[in-house]
Order: sequence, then structure tokens, then C-alpha cells
Amino acid sequence: MAIALQARDNEHATDASPAPVSTPMVEARDLGVTYRASRGPVAAIERLSMTLGQGEFVSVVGPSGCGKSTLIKVFSGLLAPSCGSVTFRGSAIDGPRPDVGMVFQQATLLPWKTVLANVLVPARALKLDRRKAEHDAEELLRLVGLSNFAKHYPSELSGGMQQRVGIARGLIHDPALLLMDEPFSALDTMTRDHMSLELQRIWMAKRKSALFITHSIPEAVFLSDRVLVMSARPGRIIRELRIELPRPRDLSTLVDPRFTAICSELRQLFEQLVHV
Amino acid sequence: MSSKSRAIVFPLITAMVLLLAWVMAIRLFDVPDYLIPTPQSVLQALKTGYVDGQYWPHFLFTLQCTVLGYVIGCGLALVLGSLLAESKTFEQFVYPYIIALQSTPKVAIAPLILVWFGFGMASKVVMVALISFFPMFINTIVGIRQTSPAMLDLMRVFSASRLHIFFHVKLPAAAGHIFAGLQISVVLSLIGAVVAEFVSSTKGLGFLIQAASINVDLATMFACLLSLVVIGLAGTQLMRVLHQRLVFWDRRDNLTVQGE
Repeated sequence: MAIALQARDNEHATDASPAPVSTPMVEARDLGVTYRASRGPVAAIERLSMTLGQGEFVSVVGPSGCGKSTLIKVFSGLLAPSCGSVTFRGSAIDGPRPDVGMVFQQATLLPWKTVLANVLVPARALKLDRRKAEHDAEELLRLVGLSNFAKHYPSELSGGMQQRVGIARGLIHDPALLLMDEPFSALDTMTRDHMSLELQRIWMAKRKSALFITHSIPEAVFLSDRVLVMSARPGRIIRELRIELPRPRDLSTLVDPRFTAICSELRQLFEQLVHV
Repeated sequence: MSSKSRAIVFPLITAMVLLLAWVMAIRLFDVPDYLIPTPQSVLQALKTGYVDGQYWPHFLFTLQCTVLGYVIGCGLALVLGSLLAESKTFEQFVYPYIIALQSTPKVAIAPLILVWFGFGMASKVVMVALISFFPMFINTIVGIRQTSPAMLDLMRVFSASRLHIFFHVKLPAAAGHIFAGLQISVVLSLIGAVVAEFVSSTKGLGFLIQAASINVDLATMFACLLSLVVIGLAGTQLMRVLHQRLVFWDRRDNLTVQGE
């Protein structure tokens, strides 16, 4: 029963990666993003470095407004970094890529399309083979537990169900990397716990590299192989924790002393962040 | 009484009361026929008009001008509105002039249009097209521009082409606004047709009204007005049904309408 829990401390983490996996799938090095605002430039992210390994689930947590969403926009290719570099399998990310999937904060389903058609949106945009895509979409809807809702419209679904459609859509083109920007933040607590379990199940079935942004500490710890903590704006990675709880994790994990220990450690760190 | 039958019976009662008041007022105050016609004489006018058939060519002429002008005006507005919403450059070239034209009372241009396009059908169609263009045009632009940024980000992340985004996201997102524009344009296009007929015409309900006014034939004028009401109601009702059927996801009943 003795499973080692390692919490690596990395106070001045310009390079937060201990390089656990051979070559990182995604790497950000000395990343900086500066927005132009009315009162001069505002640095959202400064000297941020991180890696994401093949098949790894990494969460980024941080106080609100720390640039988490900016970070994911850079990885998705929607936003160009002001300085530093972001690479995907060694080549620079200079725009949206067909091998990256994304799940948004709001489910952002198209209300005029059925659930099935919504899952197929990326496939149609990328002009993938229609028949294969439809088959995959049905498969994914089964995976997220919504096979019976394929012909329904988003307005007929609950928030949790809509977000599961969003996850299926993020996976339809079989991306190597799945980016998730606070996907459960619009859901109530009960649904969130359930969705965490669901997401873990889906991730274990697919084993995609996943970058998960959240402001919920338990959610991050529950889901991740590694948790990265971002500082307040301008965002940097100031701490990295390796979560070595066995998988599949379930509701009993939430009361596991090791789990609660990590959570309270992170919470203390957050306290310091807010008061500094 | 069920709410459905109430919705039919109650307005009917209002109609009865109004009709009764109409008849009583004429009897009591002895209003002459050249000021307010009796319902019976209006009915008589409608009968000679539509049963004996004298109104039909006029009715059809007005209907034809209205529908044709409406389709051309709204169609152009949809295309130009989409182009303008999509292209900043195009906007910079034409927008000030479109606003200037919008601020011009179109009715004031009617005599000019008659001079340019003749006294036949063409001038009426142009007038209708011009007047129904603007609400549709502005609504198309507003509708496309208010597409949620999250949806656009979504499509960009999945490397969708601009054309794909336009037809799969922006146009459906604007559909509610577009139908609101289509609905007000129905009424405006009728105004356009009648005004053009007032200015100069030998046909149409507008022409009939004017001719009847010279003869102080108020029964005919009332009958023509009723005919116009029927066209207007049928048109807006048709648009409302189409809106509900085609834009089924749009649950907002009263969209704020931009334009005139």
C-alpha cells in the first residue's frame, strides 16, 4: 500500500520540467505574452517554461487572471507568443494545427446542429473522410455516454451533457494533444465530480496527451500526472507537483490522506500567492 | 375556455364591438357617406371588387411589385450586408454612403425614381427594393457581427476556412436577426409600392385609392385599405412562421430590430 508521493519543489522554476519522458510532445520555453492595453502593454505571461510528455495528463492551476487561458490560446495556435518559443514535436506552433483538439470553458455547441453534427464539426472543417468520421463520432458518443442523444439538439441537453459533447468533439479528429480550458467551470459541484471521473475514464481509454486548465485544486490533483502552479500575473510556473496516486482514481481517492495532503499543500501555496 | 380559443374569440369580440360602434356612430350622428362609409357600402365595394373582379388586376399588380421588389431588395441586402460584415476594406469604401442613403427619406426619392424607371412596373419594383433594403441590410450586418467569439475561436482552432465559418457558423448565428429584418421589410415594402403608385401609376391598389379619393368614393378607399392590410398581415405572418420553422433554435420572440 505504500505508494510514494513525490512533491517536487521548484521555487525558481524557469524550467519546470524534470524531463520524465524521453522527448516532450509540447514544450514552452521562456514564453512571454504581452497584450496591448489602453494604459500601455500588459504582460499576461512572462518567462514561462513547461513541457508535456507523450500520453501525459498535466493540469495548470493558478489564481484567476494569471494567464491560464492565454497559455492555452498559445498552445492552440490562436495567439502568437510575444517572445520565447512553443514547439509541438519539435516544430514551432505558428497557427492552429489539425492534430490538436480543444475543449472550451463553455461547451460552445452550435445550437442549430444536432449532437452528432456538433461532434462532426472539426471533421467537416478539416474535410476528413465523412463516413469514417461519422463512425468515429458514434463511437465517441458511446464513450461519453450519449449514444441515445445523437439526434437531439444542444438545448435539450443538461450542462454536463453538453460539455461531454464538447469533449467528444475535441477528440473526433483523433488529435495527439487535447487542450482543455476550464471545461467544468460552468457546472455545479456534483456534476463536476462526476465529470472528473468521466474525463479520467475517457482519457484512460484514449491515452492522449492532455493539458487541463482549472482553478479547482482537487480537480487538478484528481485528474493529473503532474500539476503545475502558475503565479499571479504575469504568469510563470512556480511549482510542479507529481501526483503518483494509482489509477483509476475514484471517489474514494477524494478522501485518501495523500490526496488531501497534496490539496492542502497547494491551497497554502495559493494563499501565499494571493497575499503577496 | 382554453387559451387557444380565447386567442380567437376575444379579438373577434373586439371586432364586433368596433363594427357596432361604427354603424351606431353613423346612425346616431348622421355622418354622410363621403366622410365615413357604412360597413355595408364597404362590403358592397369589396364584392364588386373581388367577386365581380374589378380589383383583381390592381391587387395583383401591387402584390407583384411588392413581392418582386421585396425579394430583390432583401436579396441584395443579404449579399451586401454579408460582404460588408466580412470585409473591413469594403466597409470603409461604402459605409458612409450607405448611411447617407439610409438617412434620406426614401419616399422623397419616389418622383425621381419614376422619372428614371418610367411609369410602369419597373419604378414600383425599384422603389420597393430600395425601401425594404435597409432594415434587412443593417440586421444582416449586426447579426453576423454578433456571432459569439467563442464559436469563432472554436472554428479557428479546428482550422476551418473562412467560407466554411461563414456558412456554417456566422450565417446561422445571424438568422434570427435576418428574419427580424425580413419581417419589418414586408410592411415597408408595401409602403414603397403604394407611394410609388401614388406618384404615378395606372394600376395598383395605391392608384385605386387615389382615383377613389378624387371621386370622394370612401367605400372603395376603405376596401383597398383592407386589401393592403390583408397583404401585409399575410406577409408578416408568413415570415413569422418561416422564422419559427427555420430558426428553431432561436427562442427569443422579440429581437431588437435595427434599422428603420
